[in-house]
Order: sequence, then C-alpha cells, then structure tokens
Amino acid sequence: MNPLSTQVVNLFAAALLLIAFAMLSQRRIVTLINLFALQGLSLVGSTATVAWATGQHHLYYSAGITLALKVLLLPWILHRLIRRLNVKWDVETLINIPTMMIVGIVLVIFAFNLALPISEFSRSVARGTLGIALACVLMSFLMMITRSKAVPQVIGFLSMENGLFFAATSATYGMPMVVELGIALDVLVGMVILGVFLFQIREQFDSLDIHHLEKLRDD
Amino acid sequence: MNGVFPAIDGALAVAAAWLAIGFAGLLAPRSFRFVAHVLFPLSALLSLALAAFGLAAIPGAPQALVLPIGLPDLPFHVRLDALSAFFLVILGLASAGITVFAGGYFRAGEGTAPGVMGLQYHVFLAAMALVMLADDAYAFMVCWELMALSSFFLVTTNHRIPEIQRAGFLYLLVAHVGAIAILLCFGVLQANTGDYTFANMRAQHLPVAPASAAFLLALFGFGAKAGILPLHVWLPEAHPAAPSPVSALMSGVMLKTAIYGMARVAFDLLGSPLWWWGVIALAIGLATALFGVVFAAAQVDMKRLLAYSSIENIGLIVIAMGLAIVFTGYRMLPLAALAMAAMLYHCANHAVFKSLLFLGTGSVLHATQERNLGKLGGLMRFMPWVAVTSLVGVIASAGLPPSNGFVSEWLLLQGLLFTGEIPNPYLRMLIPVFAAGVVLVAALAGYVMVKFFGVIFLGRPREEKLAHAHDAGPLERLGLAWLTALCVLMGLFPVEVMEVMDPIPAMLVGRGLVQGGHIGNTFLLAPVSPERASYSPIAMLVVTLAIVALAFVLVRRFYHGRVRRAAPWDCGYPWQTARMQDTAEGFGQPIRQIFEPFYRMRRELPTAFDAAPRYRVIVEDPMWGWIYVRIATATEAVSRVVGRLQRGRISIYLLYSFLTLVALLFLTQA
Amino acid sequence: MNVEGILAQLGALVAALVLAPLLAGWVNMWRAWLQNRTAPPLTQPFRALHKLFWKESVMAHSASPLYRAAPYAVFSCMLLACMIVPTISTNLPLAPAADAIALVGLFALARLFMSLAAMDVGTAFGTLGARREMLVGFLAEPAFLMVVFTASLISSSTSLATIVGSLAHREPTILPSLAFAGVAFTMVSLAENARVPVDNPATHLELTMIHEAMLLEYSGRHLALMEWAAALKLFAYSCAGLALFFPWGIAEANDRVALALALPMLVAKLAAGGVLLAVIETVLAKMRIFRVPEFLATAFLLGVLALLVRILLGA
Repeated sequence: MNPLSTQVVNLFAAALLLIAFAMLSQRRIVTLINLFALQGLSLVGSTATVAWATGQHHLYYSAGITLALKVLLLPWILHRLIRRLNVKWDVETLINIPTMMIVGIVLVIFAFNLALPISEFSRSVARGTLGIALACVLMSFLMMITRSKAVPQVIGFLSMENGLFFAATSATYGMPMVVELGIALDVLVGMVILGVFLFQIREQFDSLDIHHLEKLRDD
Repeated sequence: MNGVFPAIDGALAVAAAWLAIGFAGLLAPRSFRFVAHVLFPLSALLSLALAAFGLAAIPGAPQALVLPIGLPDLPFHVRLDALSAFFLVILGLASAGITVFAGGYFRAGEGTAPGVMGLQYHVFLAAMALVMLADDAYAFMVCWELMALSSFFLVTTNHRIPEIQRAGFLYLLVAHVGAIAILLCFGVLQANTGDYTFANMRAQHLPVAPASAAFLLALFGFGAKAGILPLHVWLPEAHPAAPSPVSALMSGVMLKTAIYGMARVAFDLLGSPLWWWGVIALAIGLATALFGVVFAAAQVDMKRLLAYSSIENIGLIVIAMGLAIVFTGYRMLPLAALAMAAMLYHCANHAVFKSLLFLGTGSVLHATQERNLGKLGGLMRFMPWVAVTSLVGVIASAGLPPSNGFVSEWLLLQGLLFTGEIPNPYLRMLIPVFAAGVVLVAALAGYVMVKFFGVIFLGRPREEKLAHAHDAGPLERLGLAWLTALCVLMGLFPVEVMEVMDPIPAMLVGRGLVQGGHIGNTFLLAPVSPERASYSPIAMLVVTLAIVALAFVLVRRFYHGRVRRAAPWDCGYPWQTARMQDTAEGFGQPIRQIFEPFYRMRRELPTAFDAAPRYRVIVEDPMWGWIYVRIATATEAVSRVVGRLQRGRISIYLLYSFLTLVALLFLTQA
Repeated sequence: MNVEGILAQLGALVAALVLAPLLAGWVNMWRAWLQNRTAPPLTQPFRALHKLFWKESVMAHSASPLYRAAPYAVFSCMLLACMIVPTISTNLPLAPAADAIALVGLFALARLFMSLAAMDVGTAFGTLGARREMLVGFLAEPAFLMVVFTASLISSSTSLATIVGSLAHREPTILPSLAFAGVAFTMVSLAENARVPVDNPATHLELTMIHEAMLLEYSGRHLALMEWAAALKLFAYSCAGLALFFPWGIAEANDRVALALALPMLVAKLAAGGVLLAVIETVLAKMRIFRVPEFLATAFLLGVLALLVRILLGA
C-alpha cells in the first residue's frame, strides 16, 4: 500500500469519526439524515481507495452498491418518511449534549485500545481504522440509546451498519460478495419494515415519542 | 551555615519562640496595642528567620534530632530534609506578610481578647512548623491535632454569631474524619513492627495491597484537610467565617501542610509509588479543580469565591502530584522531576497570591463592613494600595504571564504534553484529555478573577456608604507589599526558584531537573531544551514596558495628550444609576447557564402580579445532598436504633452489667 | 542573536504595524464589494487612526488610572504577540521569550485588561461587554490551546519557531488531525477577533455588541490605540494560522533569499485570507449570544478530537 492511499484512507476514517460525533450532537432530524448521507459518501470514498490501491475489483462493486443504497436511496426514503410523518422538529436527548460528547470521547479511547492487539495482525491499509470503526459502531449505539424519538434511532441503527462495513473493508479487504449482498438486502428490508412500524406507532399514539411505548407494559 | 548553627535547631528555636510570644500575649490579654503592635511584628521577623533557615537547609543533607518532649517511651523525633525545608520556607515567607498585616488588622472588640487570639495564632504557626518537622507518627499526629484545634479557635473568633459556630463545628468534624484516616494510614505503614518512626516506615517494603491501602488512606485523610472533592464542604464555610488573616493563613499555608503530608507518604514513606495511584490522584484532582472553579463563578460573597478558588488550585496541585506519581511509576524520572517541580511551584505560588487576595478582602471588609459583592464597587478610588496589590494577585491567580501563577501552569502543561512515551496506551490517550480539562480550568479561573476584581474595585460604588471607605493602614500596607513583591519576583525569576527547589525531586524521585541538563539561565526558562519550549518573563515584561513607554512618548510628541472629562455614554436613557452595573450574579450568569447540571439551583421568580417583585437565585453545593445529608440521616437512624438501649430504669442497667459479667465469665472459662 | 535576527525582528515589527491596518482595510473593501457597495480606499484605517490621534480624549468622570493605562497595555501586548509569531522569519531573537502557550497567555492578559477597563466606567454597557468578552474568551482560549497542542504533538515542541520549521519541512502529507485543528482554529479566530458569526464589528446597536461594547467609552488617542490593537490581533491570529497550517514561505535562519521573498509571500497569503474572511462574513449571519457557547464548544471538541486523532492514528 503506498503511503498516499494510506493517508487518504486515514482522512476518510477521520471524517467518519467526525461525522459520528456530529450526529451525536445534532439536534435537527433533517441534518441527521444529511450527515448519514455524508457518512455513506466517505465510506464510498474509502472503499474505492482501498479497491484502487489493492487492485481488488469486487470492492468497486461494493462501493457502487453503497453509493446507490446509502447515499441515494436510503436518505431519499428517510426524507420522504419525514415529510409524510410530518416530523421535522428538533430532537430531544435524554442526556445533555456535552455529557454525550464526553462519553463519546471515552468510547473512542476504549474502542481504540480494544482494537489495538487485533490490528497488529492486519496487514491491511491502516492500523488505526479498525479502532475508529469500532468507535463509530459504539457511538451509533449510544445515539440510539439516548434519543427519545424513533427516527433518530433508525438512523443510529443504519450508521452502526456503516461502521461495521468500514471495519470490513479497511481491515480485511471486504467480505465475500454473497455476504455483502445479503447484508445490503437485509438493511433495505429492515428499512421498509421500520417504515411500516413508524406509521403504526404514529397511528397508535399520535406521536413518535418512544416514551409512549412504555404504555405497552403489562400492568 | 550548617556547621555553625544547624538549621534544624534554628527551626525548632523559631517554633519555641512563637510559642513564647503566644504565651507572652497572655500577660496582658486585653492590651490590644501590646499584642498587635509589638508581638505580631516580632513574630513576623521570626517568620523571616524560619524562611532563611529553610532556604539554607534545602540543599544540605537531612538533619535529625530526638526531643525529650512527649511520653517517657515515645519522644518526639524531628527531621529537616529538603521537602520539609521547602514547605517551611513557604510557611515563613507567607506568614511574614500575613502576620504583619494582622498586626494592623485586628481591632479591639472582635469577640476574643487580643492576647488569647495571639496565643491561638502563634500556637497555630508553631504547630504547622512542627508538623513539617515531625519524623514519627506520634509527633506528627500531636502537632496535626494541635494545628486543627488552634485553627478551630481562630475560625470561631467571632463566636457569638451562629453561622460561625456552625462553620467551626463542620470544620472540626471533617478535620477529625481526616485525622482518623491519617492515623490508620500510619498504622498500615508501620507494618506490624510497632515502631512508629518514619525512618522505620521508610525501611519497610510493603506488598502492593497494603501499600495501596496506605496511599488511599493518605489521599483521603490529607485530602480532607486539603479540600479535595468530596471532602471540601468545610472550606467554603470556614474561610469566610474566619477573620481575614486567619483565612489567608489557612488557605495559603495550612492546605499546603496537607499537600506536604500527601507527598511525604506517597514519595518518601511508600518508596516506589505505583502508576495507577497517580491516575486516581489525577482524576480526583481534575474533578476538584473543575468543581471549584465552576462554583467560584457563581458566588456572591467575596470570601466564598476565594475559598472555592482555593479548592480549584488544590485540584491543580493534586493533578501535578498525580502526574509525578504516574511518571515515577513508569520510571520516567526526568519527567517526574518536571511534574514535581510544577507541583511545588504551584504550592508556593498559591500560598503567596491567595494570601494576598484574602488580605485584600480583609482590608475591604474593614473599610466597608460588606462581604457581599452586590454592595461593593468603585473602591479603586478610595483604596488604591489595596486595589493595586489585589490586581497583582488577580493576574497571578488567573495564571497570566508574566506572573508567577503562569509559570506553574506552564510547567504543568509541559508535563502533560510529554506523555507520548508512556507504555500504557489507555493512559497515553487519556492524559491529553486531562490537558484539555486543565486549560478549561485555567480559562475559567481568569473569568472568576475578572469578576472578583471588577465588581469590587472598578465601576461605581453600589452603595453610598462606600464613599467613607479608607485605605489600609501602614502595617497592612507592609504586609500587602511584601506579598506582592514575592509574587512579582517569583514570576520574573522562575529559573532561580526552580534551582532552589531542585534538591527535592532529587531526593524524592532520584533525579533533579538541573541534573538532567539545563533549566536555562536567569533570563530563559527551558526545562527540557530550548527547542522544545522556552519562556522568558523578564524579556516579555521589559519589551512590554518599553513599547508602552515608547507609545506614550511618541503619541505625545506627534500629537497631544489632552484629556477632557464628561459624563459616560448613556445611550439615550436619562437616568443611569450605579445599580445598573452588573451584579456578581449577573456576571456569573453565563457560567451558571452553561454548567447548569453541576449546580443545585433554586430560583424564585416574580410574577407579573407581584406587588413587591423579588428575584432570587440560590446556588447550593450538590455534594451536601448526595453525600453528607445521606450520611447524616443514616447516622441518625442508627443512633435512634442504638438509643433504644437507654431505658431509664435502673434495673435494666443492672441487667446489662449482669449479662456482661456472665458473658465474660463464660468466655474466660472457654 | 545575530544581525540578521535583529533585522528580521525589526522587519516583523514594522510589517505588523503597517500591514495590520491594511489587512483590516482589505477585508472591509471586500465586504463592501460583496455587498454591492462602493468600497473605502485601502488606506482608510490609517486615515481613521490619524484622525483619532488628533482628537481630544474624552473620559467619564469616574474613570480610574487603570482605564487610561489599559489601551497602552493592550496595544503593547498585541504588538509583542506580533513580534513573537513567526511572520516572515523564524530567526527572531524574541521568539524564545514565549512559546505557543505563553502566546495564548499573552492574548488572555490583553483580554483581562480590556475587560477590566470596560468594567471601570460603571455603566451597564461596559459590564455587559466585559461579561460577554470573558464568556467568548473562556471557551476560545482552551480551543486555541487544543489546536496548539495538536501542532506541538506533531512537531514535539511548543516553541513556534520549531513548529514552523518541522511542519514546513515535512513531505506533503494529508494530516486529518491538522485538518480538524484548522477548522477549530478558524472558528476560534472568528470568535476572538469579533467577526461574524460571533460578533459584528460594524454594529451600532449596543445590546448586540461584544467587542465594541468594551470600546464604547474610549475616544481620541485611546480609541486609536485600541483599534490598532484589534487590527494587530487579527494580524497575529492570521499569521499564527498561516504559520501552523501554511508555513511554506517563512524564512529559516541563514537563508537570505527566503528572507527577501518572505514578505511578498506573506502579503499574498494574507490577501487570500482576507478575501476568505470577507466571504465568510458575508455568507454567514450573526448568531444569537446564547448560541455562541455552543459554537465555541464545538471548536473545543474539534480541537480535542484533532488531538485524539493524532494520538490514535499517528496522523
């Protein structure tokens, strides 16, 4: 791997981390969806760079699928969902934003240290990217936990998948094509189902606040 | 100097002389003039002598003595080594200024007779000196308790006021909780040998578990006296309650005896500290510093503000100590010496500038009888001496160049930035986050100090009676000037100061900074190498003054120097009063808003229909509710249960004695 | 300390005094053009200074000696800062006097004096300005220090001359940590120099002022010194940013050709920076004062992130 490709992949990794932090601190849903699209874009860039540097052409197909799905299709679906659900407000968070940022930083340090011994074995592009990918997954999980409306939770779930995909491409030069196609299909189907769910929730409770789901408790 | 008159004898002589002065005050307990104008200046001279002895003793070998005081089989061991000598120097220099000020400060009718207060004051000073000299656990604890008791009496000087009584009680309570922990720590350190001298404790090599227990007990016990989180609750009550020279002495010197104790246990008695002790100290220090400065920004009483600022500075000192422990644990000795130099320098700096600020508030309090920031203002015109010396203290406290406060912060940041070579990856990544915390604390400290100085001395007086404020008297001016001179000198000549304290890291860690190569010369401080980092306060000051002078002269030469006085800009509002300036709450409002989750705030807001609208904000310490109230209720519940033993009937009590007798007989039989 | 060094230092001094108001004028020209107005000439700030120096200085009755001394103190702090930042050369005799941390401390000292002078007169506007300025400062200073720490971790030094030297001599690499630090630095610069989106330097409404509120009472030569100091601050920040992120063109020691070329390169870089600043000011709207802490907290966290990325990725 020549140094230029390593630097470019490092740059995309850093951009991914930055976007994960930005999503943690973002209040408005429309911006969240745009950030998710941007995350997909940096993922495409990083996959394409790895493909070009290592000469593995199936990664170009991966990049293409990611572009079609994560940058174009899914954000479009989400935007439409938002418009039809009439959901454009600011998102309330369960913990305040500075605390979440500090927890995010701690998660990054933790994830990185976790990934250190594993990345010793990899002969791939860049060592630190596995840690960053793990950190993105953890931070998306954090985002899912601390939001009180349903749509940001969906976006958190999707960006977790982004993190996993990045880990796969940067550490192991991509997964077998079958696995990738399967995951992509899973995500698409999941989106459709979640969309249906969101409508149902809205009809039942007339709001997408997840606190209402607590009414379903058995008492 | 050493051969002619050993410094340890000199230090002991000074302590004895202080006690003599204290008892001399009892000869004429009501004669305020004798106590204030004769005895106190004499004791200030003794402080200077103590500082001189300490300076002479730092580079030399440790000197030890056995005093025949104490119980027949437990004499007092005393020892003067580099660490004790340095803290004796801090005690001497700071107390010289404070004592001179106190001579001019105390007026008749404070509540305690002057002679009695002189006794308490000098016992306090002597006890602090002896704590630093003590070389065995018995002597240490006796002097520690003496220090706590005498300061309790000093805090409750105006004991007729109920809040002051409460503050004193709380202070004594926390001091004793700490003392128990210190005693337990010494118990662990002597490792079942029964010999409580420090020499024996040094010789023991404890395994990891008891050593860690000893360190944590020392951190808790000495931390209770130093005021780290969550044992800080006595500080904001006791410092405002005490008279200002006493607050200065407590905040400037007594807190440093606790740091001395921590350093003595961690580096000297425990031998080789473990790295994770340092991480605990770092975390506690950062939490303390952040807490202290955030709360200082929300205070409206000037002495409470300074008390919380002391908490913040103690946090910074503990951070430096934690960093030194981490580096020592990893055997990175030159960096450990740097961190230790930062810690010691900040101890000295804080002693000097915090005393200066407290003494300034003392003068303000005497002149205006007001402690509330909302009723002060514009005092610069009436009290120029106090204002100018407080300005120097404020610049030092905010950690701005070229003052002394900046040097210790600079050293600490340099130490935090060096952590790239630590083997542990978690630590390597965490420590820059600590650096971020330290710079945030430093920036907030600047905010707090602008609020302090601006609201008290600048602007227009918020009450009419402030026009009668008078400036400080001659003895007070002398004390303030001495401390200001110390601030300035310690800021402009950092290399000299670091060369003086160099034997201490050499003794405790094994390697000094000068040994490592170069600290720099008189004009340039470069602890590791000039390419790495360098700082020259003299050059900065000289160039700044030169530009000021040049600008002044050139403007007057080419243009003119005319001035006309007029009314200030009122933006079209016809009626501007002094009450339209920011109050202390107003100035602190942005910080309160940003850090709202930290505080426990209650707000009383007026409605539109109130005939007499009132706005009140009460900011409380959340630690009270989380920790102390819970402990208090639990204690009360337990004591209620135990109280059921008390029935009031004689037959029940006889039954208790009977049962105990039977049980003992049964046990001895078996 | 050789003759070249002294010449470079004096050159930096003169360049700062002359170029700073020109930079302010340049930015004003571009702002006017972008807003479809006729621009004032480039030397307008000099004319303004000259006019102000000739005017009488009018002071409030309650102003104290601190108020009179503050403009001189602030001016000299800013001029010293311009002499320490490597503008045209790293071979400055004064450079060892202060490293990057001391430079931040110097700016903080100037801010302290300005705030105290604002509180001195005792009107509501002065204390308002002082409070807001200290709010901006207390968040901007840590963010600036985080940027400095990132650069110092990359070059293993906090001395500005060494940072410039090591950053200029690396092979061109894309360093994400420097990219984040650059964004954080831009945000901090905008806040500290009282530019849109944090503060409007041309506002006349007292309740929206931050920096201007502190100058409200000054007039005559004192106001001239404060305005010049503000221009010097913008110059110092721009040169610090150029030294950290675009250090090519700054002369090293014993390089006379580079020294001769350094000044034109500096002017070119500053011109480009000025245009960028004018574009940012025109495109963005001033934000509410309650949003300013969030803006600066974002800059601070970006700085911390840059530091983390440097340690984690080594890049």
